[in-house]
Amino acid sequence: MTTSVVDNGVNVEALLGARTAFADAPQIAQFQWRSTVSWIKGTHSRAGVETFFGFAEEQRHSTDFSFDIDHPLQFAAQDKGITPVEYVLVALGGCLTAGIAAVAQQRGIQLRSVHATVSAEMDLHGILGADPDVRNGFSGVRVEYRIDAEADRQEIEAIVAQSQKRSAVFDILTNPTAVTVSVV
Amino acid sequence: MPSGQRTTTVIVGAGQSGLAMSRHLADRSVDHVVLERGVVANSWRSRRASLRLLTPNWMTRLPGFAYTGPDPDGYLSAPQLARLISGYGEAAPVLTGTSVTSVRRQATGYLVDTDQGPWRTSSVVVATGAAALASVPAGLAAQVPAGVVSRTAADYRVPSDLPPGGVLVVGASASGVQIAAELRRSGRPVTLAVGEHVRVPRRYRGRDILWWMDAAGVLDDRFEDQPDPERARNLPSMQLVGSAGDPLDLNALNHLGVRLVGRFAGVRDGCAQFAGSLANVCALADLKLGRLLDRIDGWAARASVEAGRPDRPPPTLVPAPVLSAPFGGDGIRSIVWATGFRPDLSWLDVDVFDRRGRVVHDGGVTAAPGLYVLGMPFQRTRRSTLIDGAGADARELTERLTRRLVLAA
Repeated sequence: MTTSVVDNGVNVEALLGARTAFADAPQIAQFQWRSTVSWIKGTHSRAGVETFFGFAEEQRHSTDFSFDIDHPLQFAAQDKGITPVEYVLVALGGCLTAGIAAVAQQRGIQLRSVHATVSAEMDLHGILGADPDVRNGFSGVRVEYRIDAEADRQEIEAIVAQSQKRSAVFDILTNPTAVTVSVV
Repeated sequence: MPSGQRTTTVIVGAGQSGLAMSRHLADRSVDHVVLERGVVANSWRSRRASLRLLTPNWMTRLPGFAYTGPDPDGYLSAPQLARLISGYGEAAPVLTGTSVTSVRRQATGYLVDTDQGPWRTSSVVVATGAAALASVPAGLAAQVPAGVVSRTAADYRVPSDLPPGGVLVVGASASGVQIAAELRRSGRPVTLAVGEHVRVPRRYRGRDILWWMDAAGVLDDRFEDQPDPERARNLPSMQLVGSAGDPLDLNALNHLGVRLVGRFAGVRDGCAQFAGSLANVCALADLKLGRLLDRIDGWAARASVEAGRPDRPPPTLVPAPVLSAPFGGDGIRSIVWATGFRPDLSWLDVDVFDRRGRVVHDGGVTAAPGLYVLGMPFQRTRRSTLIDGAGADARELTERLTRRLVLAA
């Protein structure tokens, strides 16, 4: 029996409150996420993420975020930023880790440290068009967690499993998504 | 002058729930009638031949009825159960061949229209069952190429219903795993698309798992105590089959040669696409099973129950990922949707539904005075989902209903 207050820095009441609010007004749950990307030179581009739509109105991040995207020197590029596929790993690890914090908070489990190592295999024959049987994307993605928490192994595994179940990026990676690209 | 016959309570549906309700109302001398579109236990007569109850015979309990046959540990077939329920309902005021076409609120009470004429009543108990219609994800079904034969767990009967060749079974509930095994044994290539599922062994420590769930109080878990009530009511049925043989889990299906893939997620270029989340749904199910067995072991120790060794089922072996499979030709030529069931309340013209068309109720009591539902999944307790739950739920509704009658008198 622990008497200390569990605090992983997640406001679970606010999240559950949003779920209740959505039940009363389902349309406010409709969100749109946005990014702009501008080419700079070679494989170097810069992405901006500033606004999104949700809770029935236009929203804005507290800061205008900017991200450089490039390819490494080994690809005869300038390495001004990480590769697009690495952003996918960042997104997956970030999403699952946020989920772990939220689920642990809701279950009253204090986290002390959470570290993820995200890796993905890719056969470059795919994107180079050298072998039509090889897909462009990852052949597999692995996430390894090292978690120190006031919980036994089974509870920790349950948190990690629940986080995957509720993760947007896990869903995006494991299920097909319709993508429409147009020129305007 | 309003027309039609009058009664205090109309029960719609003469299955186990409606008849349990009738028995309780009769015990309280509440005037009522049970309206049944077909014959008593109608739904049980239309199920596939191989269907058996997931609960052992001794658990087939209804108010004033207990199984006393020769095989208490066996599992009734659907026709056997239909006969049993018919016998149970012999004394009930059932009007068979009477289809309810609408239920509408009046200044006082309800007008129940049927194809045999109207009824006026102060209360209505909807007991037409939670599994009247097969629930098929429409957006997904619409993507399936023409020429692929589709069945549901409700209208699938025998393997020969399906064309030769590969079959995709969607959903790893009790129906899904049973149908996948049966089709595989018929010699077909079977792919089972596995989303969230509930894994339980048929037997644990020498006893039926439902004996443990009954004795340890798991079936008495109350709806209002569930941390995620929405999820509790939408869980797929337990992966069980009504036979004492080997367990029918994903490992067993894998061993049979059923190809296990992730959730059926879409169709692209004539190929079914499967989610890459199979490992996680298996991990979730194994963890959930572990928690159930921990709870049973804890209870067994406290209650000093004599039982076999706590041998845990091995973890689910997750096969190498298969993310797509072609339709037609040597590929998938038919689909069986084992994606759940839902009630058919299209005749209920009373505003008691949420935006997704599901009836809103608290333990069977709706917001419309005098309108009740019975036999819904996890209506009051986990037991509500089983035949064995009908008695207690009907007793509770009878309390509520008679209290209201007293107040109105």
